[in-house]
Amino acid sequence: MFISPAFRYILRRGGWYLLTLFVAIALNFALPRLGPTNPVDTIMTRLDSPGMDSQEYMRLYEKYMRDFNLDKSLPVQFFTYLGKSLQGDLGVSFTRHPQKVNDILASGLPWTLALQIPALLLGWLVGNLLGAYAAYRRGIFDKGFYPVSLFFSSIPYFCFAILLVYVFAIHFPLLPAFGGYAGNLLPDFSFTFLASAAQHYILPFLSLFLILVGGQAIGMRSMSIYELGTDYVKYAKMMGLGEGRIVQYIFRNAMLPQLTGLALSLGAMVGGALITEIVFSYPGLGMVMFNAIRENDYPVIQGCALLVTVGVLAANFLVDILIGILDPRIGASQQAGGA
Amino acid sequence: MRMLRSLLKQPTFLLGTLTFLGAVLLAVFFPLLNPVDPMLRDGPAFAAPSQEYFLGTNNEGQDMLVLLIYGLRSSLIVGLLAGLFATVLGTFIGVLAGYKGGWLDDILTAVTNLFLVIPSLVILILISNSIEKRSLGLIALIIGASAWTWTARSVRAQTSSLRERDHVSLARLNGDGTFSILARQIVPYLLSYIFMVFILQMASGILSEAAISMLGLGPYDSVSLGQILNNAQVSEGLINGNWWVFMPAALLISVLTFALYMINTSMEEVFNPRLRK
Repeated sequence: MFISPAFRYILRRGGWYLLTLFVAIALNFALPRLGPTNPVDTIMTRLDSPGMDSQEYMRLYEKYMRDFNLDKSLPVQFFTYLGKSLQGDLGVSFTRHPQKVNDILASGLPWTLALQIPALLLGWLVGNLLGAYAAYRRGIFDKGFYPVSLFFSSIPYFCFAILLVYVFAIHFPLLPAFGGYAGNLLPDFSFTFLASAAQHYILPFLSLFLILVGGQAIGMRSMSIYELGTDYVKYAKMMGLGEGRIVQYIFRNAMLPQLTGLALSLGAMVGGALITEIVFSYPGLGMVMFNAIRENDYPVIQGCALLVTVGVLAANFLVDILIGILDPRIGASQQAGGA
Repeated sequence: MRMLRSLLKQPTFLLGTLTFLGAVLLAVFFPLLNPVDPMLRDGPAFAAPSQEYFLGTNNEGQDMLVLLIYGLRSSLIVGLLAGLFATVLGTFIGVLAGYKGGWLDDILTAVTNLFLVIPSLVILILISNSIEKRSLGLIALIIGASAWTWTARSVRAQTSSLRERDHVSLARLNGDGTFSILARQIVPYLLSYIFMVFILQMASGILSEAAISMLGLGPYDSVSLGQILNNAQVSEGLINGNWWVFMPAALLISVLTFALYMINTSMEEVFNPRLRK
């Protein structure tokens, strides 16, 4: 049976990501157990009211130990956790018992996705186009462009977010400073709600988008400058190929390292974006995490951590697939290695 | 020496270094000259900047200028410790994997690649959340332990290119042990690269501390810049527009990381012949 080399590469990467997922779940299980405190003790101290007698206390304590499976041996706990995580069941919240962690996360996820995916895709695209253009044009455009991108690429997301809130929401009250929509509305698909959500979207989006454009542009600019000096570009110029064609070649070749770079920095980007949500009190996963940490809501923190990891792994896998399709060398090396 | 002289000719290098050194001097000498307790709550709440309180006060009446400088000190300590730890750990793993090759390299590279894709913020949150009493030093250690991956990866690549050089082979023929070869024949040739890595690790350590402190998982025993931001958020100082409780801290973090990035890029231009003009 013939399997195309690119497909074989994708299969291998898929296997690799499954292994990573397993390790991530194991870490999610093990790391919270490093600490000396038992989470049930934490809830019990909160519940401990003067009226509760010791029998009632013990009964509740044991119920919680059973509910969270803490009365079993560690291996049993681990395999229960693994099985439930793979089925997508993340357990029950401590603080908002008996609300499900899944439901709490589901309330934040759409906001985070709606904010991060467009910011990431557009930021990557615009940044790379600008970077390639600056490298090709040089001169005045590049002179102004380079320091500005350097500034945007090195200021942290959340510091830039604070700056944006202060200038455009507080000092000049042009846009709302916090929340995902006006406080007197309920999420639905009415025009008023969507308009309010769009207004609240602008600043968080810009704070991610502009920083990403800066970082990508800097990288693409130096990659393209390097490509401009290579033999194939000189040769293409001597052959009298059109400018558009040459820029296309340069873009395609310089884009591959940029994609690899994107795959490596996705985790940091998503992490930074989650912190940025806190600045805007944007109702996404970052805020869910922030509240869960304040309330010591163990299962929600754990569930959030797992969801974010799975999201980053999935995005990384997508980028890898894209590289497998775009990079001719991968097909060639797989063929040579497999034959 | 020639390298150093050409570094000193770079305006970006000078600017970055002077800014960073200025911050270090401020963080070291201000507390020595003004020995006050930064946690002292003796002012009015949310007082705007004035003669008495140069940068105002926060919700608890603490002097923001004092808090800020102590916060700067904590951030610098975390950056330094976490950067050092991550660099040493990453360099060790990278050098060992790159030099030894074979199955050891396969294992170390697999582990590195694995931890490279799991977001380090997630690991930071999970560990920090499980430890109730987090001192500043412990936080630095956790940050360093979650940040070594990309250093190991790039140091490994650098080492594999050095491996077949004559002086390394000669030392091997001479019967030198692995660690002696690593310490004498490999690491000295990577020093400028490792130093650049350290600068970047410091910047990312400062950022990581700010990030987890903003989430509310900061150190219990000291003020940090991230904690000032967290407090500005929790006390609604940000929403109420009391700019002095959050702007200076956010600016300080940006200035610190920008200075470190400038040092790094200017060094790269000098040490990387491909980029040299």
